[in-house]
Amino acid sequence: MATIELNIYNLVNFQSIPPDWPGGFWWHWLFFTVVIIGFVLTMVMGVIYIERRGMARMQSRLGPNRTGPFGLLQPVADAIKVLLKENIVPDAADKLIHWLAPVVAFAPALMIFAVVPFGNGVLLADLNVGILYVVAISSVSTVGIFMAGWGSSNKYSLLGAMRNVAAVVSYEIPLVLAIVGVVLISGSLSLNQMVVAQDVPFILLQPLGFLLFFAAGCAEINRSPFDLMEADSEIVAGFHTEYSGMKFAMFYLVEYAEAVAISAIIATLFLGGWRGPILPPWLWFVVKVIIVFFAMVWTRTTLPRIRIDQLMAFAWKFLFPMSLFNLFITALQVLAGWPTELVWAMIIVNFAVMAILVLVWSKLFFKLGRGRIEV
Amino acid sequence: MLTNYGYIGLFLIAVVLFTLFMVIIPIALRFLKIVPHNPNPIKNSTFECGMETIGRTWVQFNFHYYFYALIFLALDVLVVFLYPWAVNLRALGFASFVAVIILVAIILVGYVYAWKKKVLEWK
Repeated sequence: MATIELNIYNLVNFQSIPPDWPGGFWWHWLFFTVVIIGFVLTMVMGVIYIERRGMARMQSRLGPNRTGPFGLLQPVADAIKVLLKENIVPDAADKLIHWLAPVVAFAPALMIFAVVPFGNGVLLADLNVGILYVVAISSVSTVGIFMAGWGSSNKYSLLGAMRNVAAVVSYEIPLVLAIVGVVLISGSLSLNQMVVAQDVPFILLQPLGFLLFFAAGCAEINRSPFDLMEADSEIVAGFHTEYSGMKFAMFYLVEYAEAVAISAIIATLFLGGWRGPILPPWLWFVVKVIIVFFAMVWTRTTLPRIRIDQLMAFAWKFLFPMSLFNLFITALQVLAGWPTELVWAMIIVNFAVMAILVLVWSKLFFKLGRGRIEV
Repeated sequence: MLTNYGYIGLFLIAVVLFTLFMVIIPIALRFLKIVPHNPNPIKNSTFECGMETIGRTWVQFNFHYYFYALIFLALDVLVVFLYPWAVNLRALGFASFVAVIILVAIILVGYVYAWKKKVLEWK
């Protein structure tokens, strides 16, 4: 009994428990399962509010402001609405796949948070292959989205799903290569170890890596300007054209849960995760996640949607060569011992390298396409 | 270490149950007559902006996906090999760096060839 009380005390105080602690296993699991699911759902509601209000202000609108103070209850009202709506399944659809698609798409988005640290050692499972696990599990959502497009038996849905697969396949490579840069500096794959290694936030040591990861991450989760799979001006609503009611809400949830997940990964890899002065670690983490998400909203309101050929060319001819350059430059710097000894030199050199590479390759990008961007 | 994978496995079960629960709520509410359920042939037809669907939906698709998938496969395998190297770079030293450059160069020959053959252009 005494052990259990001690464990609860430790958990409430956000302290790490050795996983071999007798009796601690189940408490640890239960606590973090509830916390992670609650955290994701709350954050999704929060970021939906931030996105709608922030985007509205950027477009000189007011945004939702009728439900509750400042429209804060709008996500709750939406949730109740979709819960009570009729569920329509088309006759031509593949019923089973149509039903299972939201489940397959949503589970991976939650699974990512199993390895994301909320404080020093405060995470569900400190896998020593953490970031590899994130990369692997985040791709599974695509299967769910393709199931949705295929099972709907609608040409628009199928087009949207095919575009999604093409985008994910293309942007996976720069995404993963941008992570290798961080792995080189931190010397570990565990997300907690990466945060511990960040005496200087890696965004300063890896500015190019951050940009690549941000662009590729936005494309992976199909945020605008890369949201071709649900381009409403071309293919109605893409893969979720035939979904209504709660199952549509699930896809809406997936979209934002993935956005939160990518923001959390960016905050952990590049912005120092839970580290920061004065405030408690979990609050720093939440603040950083919201800052990254706000940057995504900003990109969305600033840039127009791109064409499918531009999408593919951007991944294969711009991001991929850049990520290789970034990888080898970082590897040389690590071999020269810069991350530990010459941090300031590394920051200056890497910012200069980023500026030069982006400018030169953008010029090349135009030239190779004879004035057209798409080559 | 196995404990951590135990956490992941149990968490997967919890997450799948939670997701299924969320999908099943409206079905339960339908039996309580809270959620309406009035299907008719027009409502259940495929949505295509008012047009009748012509032909089958599950048609064959652009062959271009195949090339992208092939290049993706080659590069992804390469990237997986880069991870163990990246973790241990400090211990492995400069020789491993040269070895990785050679490995990447071999794959890059294929990449450049694909670019020259205009495989990377979406048509």
